[in-house]
Amino acid sequence: MAKVWINGKTCVEVRDAEGVNAVHLTVDDKDIAVSGGQTILEAVARMPGIGNIPALCHHPAVKPYGACRICTVEVSEDGGSKFRFVAACLYPVKEGLVVKTNTERVRKLRKGIIELLLARCPNVKRIQELAEEYGVEKPRFVLGDQDCILCGLCVRACQEIIGKSAISLVNRGIYREVAAPFYAYELSEDCIGCGDCAFVCPTGAIEMGPDGKPVLPKVKIPYAEIEAMMKKEAVATS
Amino acid sequence: MVEQVRKLLEKRVESVAELENLRQSILGKRDSSRTCISVCGGTACRASGAEAVVDAFIDEIERRELQITVELKETGCHGFCERGPVVVIRPKRIFYQRVKPEDIPEIISETVLGGNIIERLLYVDPATNERITYEPDVPFYKKQTRTIFSANGEIDPTDIEDYIAMGGYSALSKALVQMSPEEIIEEVKKSGLRGRGGGGFPTGRKWQSCRDAEGDVKYVICNADEGDPGAYQDRSLLEGNPHSVVEGMIIGAYAIGSHKGYIYVRNEYPLAVRHARIAIEQAMDYGLLGEDILGSGFDFTVTINKGGGAFVCGESSALMASLEGKIGEPRAKYIHMSEKGLWDNPSLLNNVKTWANVPLIINKGAEWYSQIGTAGSKGTMIFSLVGNINNTGLVEVPMGITLREMIYDIGGGIPNGKKFKAVQTGGPSGGCIPEQYLDTPVDFDELTKLGSMMGSGGMIVMDEDTCMVDVARYFIEFLKGESCGKCTPCREGLNRMSEILNRITQGKGKQEDLDTLEDLAGILSGGALCALGQTAANPVLSTLHYFRDEYVAHIDEKKCPAGICRELIQYSIDPEKCEGCLRCLRACPTGAISGEKRKPHTLNQDMCIKCGACYDVCKFNAVIRQ
Repeated sequence: MAKVWINGKTCVEVRDAEGVNAVHLTVDDKDIAVSGGQTILEAVARMPGIGNIPALCHHPAVKPYGACRICTVEVSEDGGSKFRFVAACLYPVKEGLVVKTNTERVRKLRKGIIELLLARCPNVKRIQELAEEYGVEKPRFVLGDQDCILCGLCVRACQEIIGKSAISLVNRGIYREVAAPFYAYELSEDCIGCGDCAFVCPTGAIEMGPDGKPVLPKVKIPYAEIEAMMKKEAVATS
Repeated sequence: MVEQVRKLLEKRVESVAELENLRQSILGKRDSSRTCISVCGGTACRASGAEAVVDAFIDEIERRELQITVELKETGCHGFCERGPVVVIRPKRIFYQRVKPEDIPEIISETVLGGNIIERLLYVDPATNERITYEPDVPFYKKQTRTIFSANGEIDPTDIEDYIAMGGYSALSKALVQMSPEEIIEEVKKSGLRGRGGGGFPTGRKWQSCRDAEGDVKYVICNADEGDPGAYQDRSLLEGNPHSVVEGMIIGAYAIGSHKGYIYVRNEYPLAVRHARIAIEQAMDYGLLGEDILGSGFDFTVTINKGGGAFVCGESSALMASLEGKIGEPRAKYIHMSEKGLWDNPSLLNNVKTWANVPLIINKGAEWYSQIGTAGSKGTMIFSLVGNINNTGLVEVPMGITLREMIYDIGGGIPNGKKFKAVQTGGPSGGCIPEQYLDTPVDFDELTKLGSMMGSGGMIVMDEDTCMVDVARYFIEFLKGESCGKCTPCREGLNRMSEILNRITQGKGKQEDLDTLEDLAGILSGGALCALGQTAANPVLSTLHYFRDEYVAHIDEKKCPAGICRELIQYSIDPEKCEGCLRCLRACPTGAISGEKRKPHTLNQDMCIKCGACYDVCKFNAVIRQ
């Protein structure tokens, strides 16, 4: 038997349909039955009124990635005695799983992550909204001026949906950025100007330019300096 | 060509009995009383000039035509890197240290031919001032329990016959002929072996879940992408005894039903790459790798993959992504790699040291193995003892040895009569353990309790002149640079942590910064995607816990108690003590010191770059650091 919640308020008990791989779990003290093989985030998204999981780097059209981490929830595999943090966009639903999507611990962690994102991108509307929801007033850090949160949605959409990989995540750590592969000066003809990257971008960091190709977030690589350096080397070696 | 093929066929060992025959014939050709000079050829000794020593030995042996009576062997790392290049003369095991090419003719004429000891090349125990002649009597070696590291100083890593002569590949014969895969896994489980890469996951359980995982294709991977600052035991093992790792991998592959293995090794370890490659080629020639190994019908091959140069590639999921040819970024491991790893196939990944333990467990049995160590951590562990310590090097000790024994009895204590301050275990993501816990037994669980971890066995000793805030800053900077940048907590959190720590070491810290650091630590441990981020806050948390007063001194008093943080110190010259010797004046790179001979010097603060050169050269303690 499984419980079915209507708008998260009324509960009806129904028998599991035959031949369906049903998984029973508890989300925020409500028992639910979902089909197996999906993640917590996917399962909860289909259950209106149950759970509260924000997400930035997730889009149903591409594979889950787990970069932004604000979908973090607490789960317990032993019926509710020991909980740990997991990313809801990646964690597969399991029989008997206990999920808590909005505890104080979860909210504190999300608040911290949002503070970090707001410090990086103080002017992004989506982040400002989340900051207000989670009570982040002013980040305690030196403010940046980025628009891109490096969720990688644009890159994944270009690769997985369009099959082009015209843009890529390059460099690592704090120097990571969305750019043409291998830091090419311009987007190659691999870019067909479909605008998918701009469409999936949660922060509006990518816009479509007048030439029909996307304008990528400001790339920090000092091209002029590199060029000067290469010229110098060329002179030195010739 | 035909000749080559015939030669290959000759070498090939077709069965367990043939392997035993080969072993006997190798041993039969050897004379144990023959003089054997083994020169340490590990990377550390090479850096101190071991290659020139080897060349000098070759020349001298040829010159005197001693090729028949004297055997020369360039072995792997002996471990006592502080005293390199190290030479051991068997069978008596006479131990010479810091040997130079000039010493070689004398060693040959005096010691090898004349049987006399050259006093000047002996190791002097700083504790007793006694000269020590024989290797086993050196305190550094005496207190160690060498099991997986024992053959390192004795065999030539580029000669499979040396390994076979020492009983090599006998565990493989036993596993393939006498044991079923289930029995092997049971034996590994019973031994209590835990993963030596840092996580400490029970190896037997990992093997079991990989064996049980569904899939026709399974992989075995050796993680040799060691990258912790100050740790190099995996390199030394792969350089010095690559066959023990390969043998472990074949046994593991047989146990889980895999036919393909990879050694993922750092590209910056050229010698380890070379020796592993030679080992694999030789094992192929001898039929110990390839098809129908020892006539058992089991096939297995190993390929070497050189790392892409990122620290995070030592993390199992990032390593596999890199092996697949993708960017070396970790992914969530909610489904274990043993079920869905390389190309989504079940993959068994273990550290170099873990693999090297396997032949030992199979040969000597789980019961023997589980007698070494503590209740929760069995066997031995190789630590790299570095930092402010007299005997820098690699030490293999049983789990449960105390930090004090390791640092003082084996490591010989702190140099220059300085006081011990802390020891950082487990690499950059480990914690700093202060003096009051020196008697803690070292094992996986105890180190975790102290807010540090075993990691891959790095052990950085720090003396009283170390600023703990600066140490935390250094490790956070390292991790910030090595973070792949995929997830927000690690990328942004480490960046902000380094921002705050830099501020504190420059005297611009605020009291609230300490709370912010703790908040950031919580975000990292709870929110980060992989173990790099989850443990990255350990250096900050442990120093905040044990050395909070130093943070407070930096913030409130704008002082660095250890005198390390440049912005917070000032040098000056005490005119009472200054004898006017001109030493500091000459040492100063910016000309900030002026004065005449036999008259007190003065230091111009505007020109001083606080390098400390004057402080180091002053013989009268006249330079004051505040």
